Amino acid sequence: MEFINAIIVLLNYTVIPALTYGSQLALGAIFVTLIYGILRFANFATGDMMSFGTMFAVLLTYYLQSKGISFGFLPTALLTIPFAIAIMIFYMLIIDKTVFSYYRIKKSPPVQLAMVSLGVMFVTQAIIRIIIGPSDRRFLDGEKFILKASEFKEMTGLNEGLTIKSTQVLTIFITVVVVSIMFWFLNKTKTGTSMRAYSDNEDLALLSGIDPKRVVMITWIIAGIIATIGGILYGLDKSYRPFVYFNNMLPIFAAAIVGGIGNPYGAFFGGYVIAFAEIFLTYAYKRFFVYILPESLEPNSLIQLLSTDYKFAISFSILVVVLLFRPSGIFEGKKI
Amino acid sequence: MAFFEGNMMTGGYGDGPDIINSCTINVDKGEIVAILGPNGAGKSTAMKAMLGLLNLKSGNILIGGEDISKLSPQERVKKGISFVPQTKNVFAELTVRENLEVGAFLRTDGTTRVIEEIYDLFPILREKKDQAVGQLSGGQRQQVALGRALMIKPSVLMLDEPTAGVSPIVMDELFEHIVQVKKTDVAIIMVEQNAKQALSISDRGYILVTGENKFEGSGKELLNDPEVRRSFLGA
Repeated sequence: MEFINAIIVLLNYTVIPALTYGSQLALGAIFVTLIYGILRFANFATGDMMSFGTMFAVLLTYYLQSKGISFGFLPTALLTIPFAIAIMIFYMLIIDKTVFSYYRIKKSPPVQLAMVSLGVMFVTQAIIRIIIGPSDRRFLDGEKFILKASEFKEMTGLNEGLTIKSTQVLTIFITVVVVSIMFWFLNKTKTGTSMRAYSDNEDLALLSGIDPKRVVMITWIIAGIIATIGGILYGLDKSYRPFVYFNNMLPIFAAAIVGGIGNPYGAFFGGYVIAFAEIFLTYAYKRFFVYILPESLEPNSLIQLLSTDYKFAISFSILVVVLLFRPSGIFEGKKI
Repeated sequence: MAFFEGNMMTGGYGDGPDIINSCTINVDKGEIVAILGPNGAGKSTAMKAMLGLLNLKSGNILIGGEDISKLSPQERVKKGISFVPQTKNVFAELTVRENLEVGAFLRTDGTTRVIEEIYDLFPILREKKDQAVGQLSGGQRQQVALGRALMIKPSVLMLDEPTAGVSPIVMDELFEHIVQVKKTDVAIIMVEQNAKQALSISDRGYILVTGENKFEGSGKELLNDPEVRRSFLGA
């Protein structure tokens, strides 16, 4: 009994939140890695682009709520995803046409494009500030919990409750679906193969008749879908604070680099590696040890390795260690 | 008039100096033409000019009598001109089959059938079809590169040093494959360092020096020409 209680504590406070957070990071990391693998630059506007798409989901959710439209027990925001994605893709294609394409045609070095993306980041932040402002917004409605702690305790008779939030299940489920579709697209369709070919050997792809403009456009479309969905899931799970997405870029880049930048499978798993590391290292294990250790050995401190304030330091350390010892990432294998 | 002609081509890369000067190269269907010459003679450049990878200051490129001098490389590929670069001529991350599929990107029909034909031509590729090309040996990679280029069923195949960096045995094997391709009524132009072997399978050869045609003739003629032998064949 004691042991099961201990496991429930871990599940409730670390494993489930880490799977959720990891899914959100994985989507961001796939976004980074797609842009890096195909367009060949590190996109520093990643976080704010995710924020941009989420902003429209928030606004549309408010609009639908004001019209009295809801999605039953599911969050209304899910209904807005297609529209938010459409606006996001439109924005990305305009940015690409007006900003990135100029440097791409000039064959600017990647570092220059990365700096250009910093400019895009500032502009995007400003647009967000103008449209929605910097304040914290909650846009989650519908059923909040799938399983409440009290219900779980009643069901099992355990001391510890297991809470499963609807956003957690939605995040993990939608991530798995979206990522599976993306991998299927990249590996099994003609267009996906042409994108991988373009990423692998641009000159030969051109000689094979692959249209670079089309590859670039489809890359932005896929990136727009993934970025918007990742942003909305994060916003639903926590809350929508526009500039938190900027902060999340550190764990997102760390995830992409841990997985080997340019490798979408690696980015996917990298998201979970970073999320589990952050949460396992900052969780206070006192309650867990109270259950599994005999009373005489019970800890009286929190048994927390690092304060949660240091969670970014963990991603940063992982990033540095990976870059020092395995710069190509911890996952062997193919790029996009 | 030959099927594929580059007439009096003059040009270089970007704003740099001219690398080829009034250089003329012709090839007919079912013929192998070798471009030979010392280092820096402009052999690869002449071939790239025919593909449209550099701008010509003068001269023209004709295929089947049609002037394609103004077309981009991609548009020339659509005209049936396939090119195998000397380096980075395969998609190393993709499998053998995917390489061939990408080669057939412009085809709207019958990809599977053409892939089967390529497998018949290069049986080793059928065995390795699901392996990433980066894991194959040099000779096998060259076969993938040739296979990829043949997927559009080209009427002209241009090879930039197909045997660079492979062992002599593999080289003979590759040359055999090239002769087989020629028999399917394809016009083949190749730039080669291994001049003697290249001439022995070629119908004709051009020897370029500083971007100009120095000698031309049938493979046999060039092989037996005392001046060519002394200057370029090292015997």
